[in-house]
Amino acid sequence: MSKTPVQFSLNGSPAAVFVDDAQNLLDVLRRGVGDLSPKYGCGQGTCGSCTVLIDGEPHLSCLTLAETVEGRAVETTNGLAEGPQLHALQEAFMENFAAQCGYCTPGMLMAAKALLDRTPRPSREEVIEAISGNICRCTGYEPIIDAILAASGQPTRRTG
Amino acid sequence: MVTITTVETLQDAAANKGQGTAFLGGGTLLMRGVNYGDQNVSRIVRLRQPESLAGVSSEGERVRLGACATMATILKSADVAFLHAVARAVGGPAIRNMATVGGNVFAPHPYGDFAVALLALDAKLRMSDGSELELERLLAARETETRLIESVSAMRPAGDDFRFLKVTRVKPRGASVLSIAAWLPRRAGRISGARVAFGAMAPTPVRTPAVEAALEGVSLDQNGIDRALQSVANDLNPPDDSLASGWYRKEVAPVHLKRLLLGQGTR
Ligand SMILES: Cc1cc2nc3c(=O)[nH]c(=O)nc-3n(C[C@H](O)[C@H](O)[C@H](O)COP(=O)(O)OP(=O)(O)OC[C@H]3O[C@@H](n4cnc5c(N)ncnc54)[C@H](O)[C@@H]3O)c2cc1C
Ligand code: FES
Ligand code: FES
Repeated sequence: MSKTPVQFSLNGSPAAVFVDDAQNLLDVLRRGVGDLSPKYGCGQGTCGSCTVLIDGEPHLSCLTLAETVEGRAVETTNGLAEGPQLHALQEAFMENFAAQCGYCTPGMLMAAKALLDRTPRPSREEVIEAISGNICRCTGYEPIIDAILAASGQPTRRTG
Repeated sequence: MVTITTVETLQDAAANKGQGTAFLGGGTLLMRGVNYGDQNVSRIVRLRQPESLAGVSSEGERVRLGACATMATILKSADVAFLHAVARAVGGPAIRNMATVGGNVFAPHPYGDFAVALLALDAKLRMSDGSELELERLLAARETETRLIESVSAMRPAGDDFRFLKVTRVKPRGASVLSIAAWLPRRAGRISGARVAFGAMAPTPVRTPAVEAALEGVSLDQNGIDRALQSVANDLNPPDDSLASGWYRKEVAPVHLKRLLLGQGTR
């Protein structure tokens, strides 16, 4: 099996790894780089728990051929907090009980970050659309939707 | 074990194609197969810069879409606003950032919603050997096609002449129970030269000649479309899958076709 060198930016820092033929980005992030924040749920694009941002847009890392991120900027949940300071979305997820088992949370956070980066004050429908490729088995989605609205500084269904 | 070959041009990629070799679009289906040990693929050929084949442009009464244009690219282009509802119907946001036009043409049942729209819009494909091929002809023989798609040209419909509808079980996004696209050019209020295509109602997206014939010269009202609704079953022999049985698909197809033609319900 041949190895291909790949260089990309991971959460703003340079990353360089040798990837196996046909290795997907999720596997490279978790096993090659040691960033365990994106999760393996299904490996077939259905659950969204592996969602990362590539050049600012959400992608499913389990379906991304790792060598295609050469020269690109990858963002994962590991890069959200600044030191001890959590990202507004992370704070809002805690405040709104948007994580139970937490397995979907990194994917939800990245899908939500992509939305808020583009649309700082999204409507409830836009939030639902933004997380429509992410499955949560625990929360029933409402607390997640509320958390994303709260992070954007808007009233949630419970408070508003 | 799957090996990767990276090439500079589509022609190089086509030259590399052969038994067990697949061209990488966005990878949403191909990588899924790789992750699950699909034995049919032993080599993936990819373009170093797929962006070079991802353009969207106007060509008179037609539009041209690069085969590597993603659904997100389509959504960003005002030139193809009539295709926005179709692109938005494919997967969730992450899938749309990856899923390409070319890959959608090869997507197996129940996928291929975008190809359904292209089929209704008289799509012609520019292939890697420079030839032009009607989408309909490629779909009829796509299992044995060895050339690659470089770009797709489709008609730009006037006003509300183009309509698209997708029926899913899972909301807000899911795979098709069925999808329908109709291009309904009208002369003095009467349909002339309609093209109607269905997705998830056959192994590939298909046109429905009996429906199209029944729409010729009629106006878009309940009386006008009656014969077309009765014809739906003649053209379709849908498969069973975990979303719906073929019987169910056939039963509900006229209901959804009616909604589409009369502009009721979701579009
Ligand atoms: C979770 C999930 C949800 C989905 N939802 C939908 C949906 O709602 N509607 C829908 O239609 N599809 C859906 N799909 C299927 C798929 O994402 C789309 O059909 C997509 O457009 C396929 O394109 P791709 O670029 O990812 O294809 P790839 O996986 O890259 O390729 C698929 C096939 O097409 C061939 N191919 C790709 N480009 C070319 C080309 N230029 N020339 C010749 N052959 C080519 C490949 O060799 C391969 O055989 C979904 C998939 C997933 C995983
Ligand atoms: S692990 Fe990637 S979508 Fe489920
Ligand atoms: S919190 Fe458990 S899957 Fe979402």
